[in-house]
Amino acid sequence: MKIFALNFTMGVITGIPLEFQFGTNWAKFSELTGGIIGQTLAMEGTFSFFLESSFLALFIFGEKLMGQKLHLLTGIFVFIGSWASGYLILATNAWMQHPVGYEILENGKYVLSNFSALFSNPWLLPAFLHNQMASLVTSSFVIASIGAFYLLSKQNEEYGKLFLKTGIIFGLTSSLLVAFPTGDWNAKNVAIYQPASFAAMEGIFETEKAGSEIVLIGQPNMVEKKLDNKIAVPNILSFLTYKDWHKQILGMDKFEKEELPDNIPALYYSYHIMVGLGTIFIAIMSLAAFLLWRKKLFKSSKVLWAILFLFPFAYIANTTGWYVAELGRQPYLVYGLLKTDIGISPTVSSGNTLFTLLGFVGLYLVLALLFLLLVGKTIHSGPKPIKH
Amino acid sequence: MELLWYIVIAFVLTVFFLLDGYDFGTGIIHLFFAKTEDDKKVIAKAAGLFWDSNEVWLVAAGGLLFMAFPVYYASIFSGFYLPLSMVLWLIIFRAIGLELRSQFEYQMWKDLWDKAFGISSLLLALFFGITLGNIVRGVNLGGVENGIAAYEAHYFFLPLWNPQFSPLSTNPGVIDWFTLIIGFISVLTLTIHGANWILLKTNSSINKDLKRIIFYSAIILTVFTILSLGVLGNINPGSFVNFIEQPFLFIFPLLFVGGLIGTLFIKKIKNEWLGLVFSSLLIIGGISTSLASMFPVILPSTNNLSRSLSIYNTSADEYSLGIAMIWGIIAFGLLLIYFIVQKKLTSGKIDDMDYGH
Repeated sequence: MKIFALNFTMGVITGIPLEFQFGTNWAKFSELTGGIIGQTLAMEGTFSFFLESSFLALFIFGEKLMGQKLHLLTGIFVFIGSWASGYLILATNAWMQHPVGYEILENGKYVLSNFSALFSNPWLLPAFLHNQMASLVTSSFVIASIGAFYLLSKQNEEYGKLFLKTGIIFGLTSSLLVAFPTGDWNAKNVAIYQPASFAAMEGIFETEKAGSEIVLIGQPNMVEKKLDNKIAVPNILSFLTYKDWHKQILGMDKFEKEELPDNIPALYYSYHIMVGLGTIFIAIMSLAAFLLWRKKLFKSSKVLWAILFLFPFAYIANTTGWYVAELGRQPYLVYGLLKTDIGISPTVSSGNTLFTLLGFVGLYLVLALLFLLLVGKTIHSGPKPIKH
Repeated sequence: MELLWYIVIAFVLTVFFLLDGYDFGTGIIHLFFAKTEDDKKVIAKAAGLFWDSNEVWLVAAGGLLFMAFPVYYASIFSGFYLPLSMVLWLIIFRAIGLELRSQFEYQMWKDLWDKAFGISSLLLALFFGITLGNIVRGVNLGGVENGIAAYEAHYFFLPLWNPQFSPLSTNPGVIDWFTLIIGFISVLTLTIHGANWILLKTNSSINKDLKRIIFYSAIILTVFTILSLGVLGNINPGSFVNFIEQPFLFIFPLLFVGGLIGTLFIKKIKNEWLGLVFSSLLIIGGISTSLASMFPVILPSTNNLSRSLSIYNTSADEYSLGIAMIWGIIAFGLLLIYFIVQKKLTSGKIDDMDYGH
């Protein structure tokens, strides 16, 4: 709970800059699309953020004050608030990935023509579920990892076992769900709505007539337009995407340079790191769940070590996942419609953005160090002993 | 519809300053007047329990402003780029100051975060006042120099200050002597507000001194207010026209005057709630008077080339504003419920309330 509180505080104070930066750094984008994404962002601010923040302090500090039942209720409010918040933020992002329900006026402004279309956007539901499952992966891995730490360091062992059990059950379930069906569903959306990004993230330089291979390993060589030391399995990508071994998938050779993401290697690596880590997560969690079922887990220190070191990778997988979404959308802010370089603030010079960027980098570094210090302290001091 | 949203957003923003305002004021009092560890702890708690649920009003105001007046949002957020970035840093410092002080028992650790909380509260109060001063004074929209505009007419950019330091120069910066006066007014008002909040919520040992602090702050506030009105005629001569044409608008400055008179008699006031009501009137009156003096303009232009930004030339289209009004009413009903429940659960003095451990 204390770790959640810390996470949340960090979320609140880093989330406010995000809202401000639409205006400070992306003024032209805000001016043009504010009539649409302003809706979902304002709803996030008024509906869900209020719900979460009003009850968070009570949830964390109010256990004695309110008694168990009311306390649980505040917890439910915080939960609804944070999931609704995720939904509305993803609705905003989904519109940028796959714009729907809009009209463009003569002066270039986007106006909303259909409010409900924002929420029936085919991009939204898969992205939301994928995102929520990924967050569940992170939180259950953190819990499992603390559990493994307690067992390996031989302290708070009863809690350690409880944490491990919870973390592994939720960790395995969410690792599976994050890949299938939600991840698969998202990849198909990218293939349908952003084919150029799809080719880039999968590393397909050339279109193959009789079905595309899936790349497992290989480094993009942008000069020769190929992958170095590639390991790939033929036809799998076509099957995974279209349930057809021989379906043709367009490679990067079929798109104009202006249509392709501007940083292809970064996109390719982000995607492969995310997918690779996801696969490793499933493998380790399945093994752990199997050992848990056979009642051997608490004694197999190798697996416990693996679980202990797993949680930073969950954060990495989440971050690279967002890189895939955002790099993949380049060179657009609103896919197919509004290029990124048009969206910036016309009056803010690069010297000024560098100044504030450095300020934020420094500040976030301090925040990260403090966060680690306090999480470390919380784990070290351990939970209250179980009463027998 | 524009007018309706204007009122809603002004309301949300005022609520933010009423609520988070006492946190800023609490921080200022904490910085200058709290001496013993018991006092420091309980005063930090008077802000610490509430800051995040108060800050949501700022997020809501920002979100609604973005939705209803996207052009204005884009213009002022990019134009006031530097001060807003600094406000963000200060908000972060204030939050970690409040949240971290109780994490370790070392005195040094507590002192460090107490200072972070106090100084950032003081600077936030100052910066918000300065921002209001900038909006009342107006900016060089379009970046016009020698009759030529550098940007589209609804964009501008302000340096933190310029060498003349004067609101009457062609390209005034964020900080000049006029905006500083408004900044001081904001600091004094919020100090009074925070002191009233501490009186209401705690039994700290400095409570007996607070009324004296409020009284002297109110006297200085009176002087600064008269000063600001005196110079406003030079800076923005149109500021009084609205009041002459629509006398009912005088209700707003009267709220402020009422709050000021009440605050000057603070020593006679026994009920702690009443003190808070008077300082709330200062805030409500101050903000509403400023807005009413400009209406329907929300950012005056200081040159003749660019039109001032008003609620009518910066708003989103009718369909968006209408749809948002529907969900807005639902959201408002819900948050009224949250607010009442939350205040019920945290009513009364907080000295003995369990917090942070």
